[in-house]
Amino acid sequence: MAATLLAASFVVFGAMYLAPGSPASFLLSGRSASPEALAAINAQYHLDDPFFVRYLSWLGDIVQGDFGRSITYRTDVSRLLADRLPTTLLLVLMALVVVAVLGLVLGWIAAVRGGRTDSAVLVGTTLAVGTPSFVAAVLLQGLFAVNLGWFPSSGSGEGFLDRVWHLTLPAIALALYLIGMLARVTRSAMTDALDSEHVTVARSRGVPERQVIRRHVFRNSLGTVLTTGGLIVSTLLVCTILVETAFSIGGVGQLLELSTTTKDFPTVQAISLIIVALFMAVNLIVDLVLPLVDPRITLGTRSSSA
Amino acid sequence: MTAVLTRRPGLSKLRTGRSPLHLICLGLVALVTAAALLAPWLVPYDPNAVDLANALAAPSPEHLLGVDAAGRDTFSRLLLGARTSLLGPLGVVVFSTVAGVAVGMAAGWRGGWLDSVLSRSTELVFAFPGMLLAILIISIHGEGLLAPVVALSIAYLPYVSRLTRSLVLAERERPYVSAYQVQGHSALQICLRHVLPNIAPVVLAQSTINFGYALMDLAGLSFLGLGVPALTPDWGRMVFDGQAAIQHGYPLSAILPCVFIVLTVVAFNVVGERWADRVARRTP
Amino acid sequence: MTPTHHLHTLDVQGLRISLPGTARPVLDGVDLHVGAGETVALVGESGSGKTLTSRSALNLLPPGAVVEGAVRVRGEDVLTMNADQLRALSTGTVSMIFQDPRAALNPLRRIGDFLVESVTLTGSMSRADATARAVELLRAVGLDESALRKYPGQVSGGMLQRVMIAAALMGDPALVLADEPTTALDVTTQAEVIALLAELRARFGTGLLFVTHDLDLAAAISDRVYVMYAGRIAESGPAEALFARPRHPYTAALLASTPRLEAPQGRLAAIDGQPPDLRQELVGCPFAARCHLATEICGRQAPEPRPAPGSPHHQAACHHSDRLEGSPVDAR
Repeated sequence: MAATLLAASFVVFGAMYLAPGSPASFLLSGRSASPEALAAINAQYHLDDPFFVRYLSWLGDIVQGDFGRSITYRTDVSRLLADRLPTTLLLVLMALVVVAVLGLVLGWIAAVRGGRTDSAVLVGTTLAVGTPSFVAAVLLQGLFAVNLGWFPSSGSGEGFLDRVWHLTLPAIALALYLIGMLARVTRSAMTDALDSEHVTVARSRGVPERQVIRRHVFRNSLGTVLTTGGLIVSTLLVCTILVETAFSIGGVGQLLELSTTTKDFPTVQAISLIIVALFMAVNLIVDLVLPLVDPRITLGTRSSSA
Repeated sequence: MTAVLTRRPGLSKLRTGRSPLHLICLGLVALVTAAALLAPWLVPYDPNAVDLANALAAPSPEHLLGVDAAGRDTFSRLLLGARTSLLGPLGVVVFSTVAGVAVGMAAGWRGGWLDSVLSRSTELVFAFPGMLLAILIISIHGEGLLAPVVALSIAYLPYVSRLTRSLVLAERERPYVSAYQVQGHSALQICLRHVLPNIAPVVLAQSTINFGYALMDLAGLSFLGLGVPALTPDWGRMVFDGQAAIQHGYPLSAILPCVFIVLTVVAFNVVGERWADRVARRTP
Repeated sequence: MTPTHHLHTLDVQGLRISLPGTARPVLDGVDLHVGAGETVALVGESGSGKTLTSRSALNLLPPGAVVEGAVRVRGEDVLTMNADQLRALSTGTVSMIFQDPRAALNPLRRIGDFLVESVTLTGSMSRADATARAVELLRAVGLDESALRKYPGQVSGGMLQRVMIAAALMGDPALVLADEPTTALDVTTQAEVIALLAELRARFGTGLLFVTHDLDLAAAISDRVYVMYAGRIAESGPAEALFARPRHPYTAALLASTPRLEAPQGRLAAIDGQPPDLRQELVGCPFAARCHLATEICGRQAPEPRPAPGSPHHQAACHHSDRLEGSPVDAR
């Protein structure tokens, strides 16, 4: 886990050496190379030092929370992020709640009811996993914001409730694909669990059906569902770039889009690293929680690839 | 067989049965492919011909699906857009399949240090979502179709290589392999002439599913203006161009490419999953 | 309290079950009873319908099953019960021991949870009472209360089957259905589990329907034996009489095909042929095609159970019972 994170940081750092030309000219990429700007770049990336010294001091800065300076905005990347992170975190959190609730409920009823309900959920989730979040964003915006006027079509609002109201459509757009994915995972895990002998045994002993589903079917599929946690969070984070752009929300996703088009590499580096680190953090948490959910798994038996 | 198809979890369990859904999707795949191939002969207008007088016009006999905000014929752009929108994913799938099979086969057959190095790097690539890797590379190399295709190929490679590896591991245990080894066939010969054809259907089914997802990711990048160059007709780009028109109450030029994207992705997914389902059931 | 002594604990009458996609009934007119505190063995090959018969006592039937006849537990018909009545039946009166304890317990829940869940979730016992009873029963099956906190993965298969037996006794049942409770265990554990079952039956006074394909096991544990073949009862009677003087050629052939130490050296006699296919209709005696005594009538008319001379409880459904004589090994 730690080794993978280190390797990932190395990839993120080393990527800029793939660019043609010297790192300094790439980092400035056509902007006025004032001596002052050049000095700042040199200081940040220690461009005068050997490669590994550069990497290590860059990494050391990041560990201390210093992500360097944005070339476009001429401020610290950490400040840019601090301004935008609350909006994005709220958006991701809202989407996560929607995904967890709807994904689990739809998967549950599809597995338990079967028949027509199952087919309906299957068709619905097939459509959902085929809909990119930006398509969902544009369609929801057209229908609910422009046509019906129920929600604002852009911006992130002021104050908590206003923010939630502004972020409702984006959160749904962000969640749609993952609702479909989670519903399918839940459905297939629960269908597998329903077939197991111990469920028949519990029924034959007179355990009420609701309790059978809760204690023996849903409970046993929880482990499988949890292992998708890392994937869900990293997909949500990456898709904020599309949804925030579509709804003009000033969050981290939009910052990533802007800094990519303006070749503001320090910012891109910082955001990429944060997304990768969050993915790993969530996977680490899942690995820690999994033994509590499934006593057959002891710490470290699940390989950290997810 | 323990190998489970995993592009994204949960998809392998889809049972489409002998459903009309599958037939419709098969038809859609054929239709979209035909449209992409024949587009240059079918389009009534130059996709970039600007007719500002007709901007945002509703469907009419001259413009079957209306005109976008810049005065370009939507029907022509959709048809020609199919070419770019399908070519990108095709590149991703071809590259990731060829490289993934090679890597997975080497890892599965040789094992040992090669296997552990490859599985470590697989883990690393899994930590980067495909979109993120593409953005990282685009921020260095600039926009265009090549950078995202290469990035997504790398991001999709582990899904193919991991599947191939587990299939090869299972295949290597089968008696015919040692029979050929005893007869003095080289490992490469056995792999290419016997193992590869046996595992091909499963891998190709997986690649069909990957096609849909690659299309989704590439359309997203075009939507951000990071994929194809601005004037090239492309579905993702058309959604972006049409978004402003939606705000002004002319949704058609944005909704149509949205519908095309969703239908194409769904069609490839359903066809691929159904295929995967069938080959998974056939191999014991 | 009305007198119930004349009621059998389990009374199956004319049970006929058809499943979709089969040409003949899976069970065809099964008559069987278990008296209070009695141990009855139900013997047959796999596919003979013995498991389905035992499961019918809890109305655990496969989806789409068409049922005729009656299955009464203490006089009440199980097949017409509603869900609540069935739940009361399965938490109290009738319980079941399953073949593979490893599969029967949820691996993610503690053993203590498994023991008490059926009685506490239905509200028939408080949690404290249920735990106390669980501890008592764990001791009775030779385990101690530390097992309560353990997960199924942490104990051996033999111990799990003991847990299963304790769980079956939680509701103080009148009837325990044991479906091949020892096949998933190794031989030494088998003997322990059988001894335990016999002991507990005597101590708690429960009736036991013991489903097995193992004739020796049936002889060792049971008062009476039913032999099933192709969904019908071929022969039934007191264990000793049935094993000493089988009156159905199938029983005789089964006995002959079982290896035994005291028997004269010689070839083991396997039964030729296969049991009848479910996809084909069955006319006459189901065993006729494999029977060396079969005559023209066997292919034409299904035999009715007839008592042995001088032993009304020993019945065999065979046209030629009287031609079967001597030791079972000579019967072939």
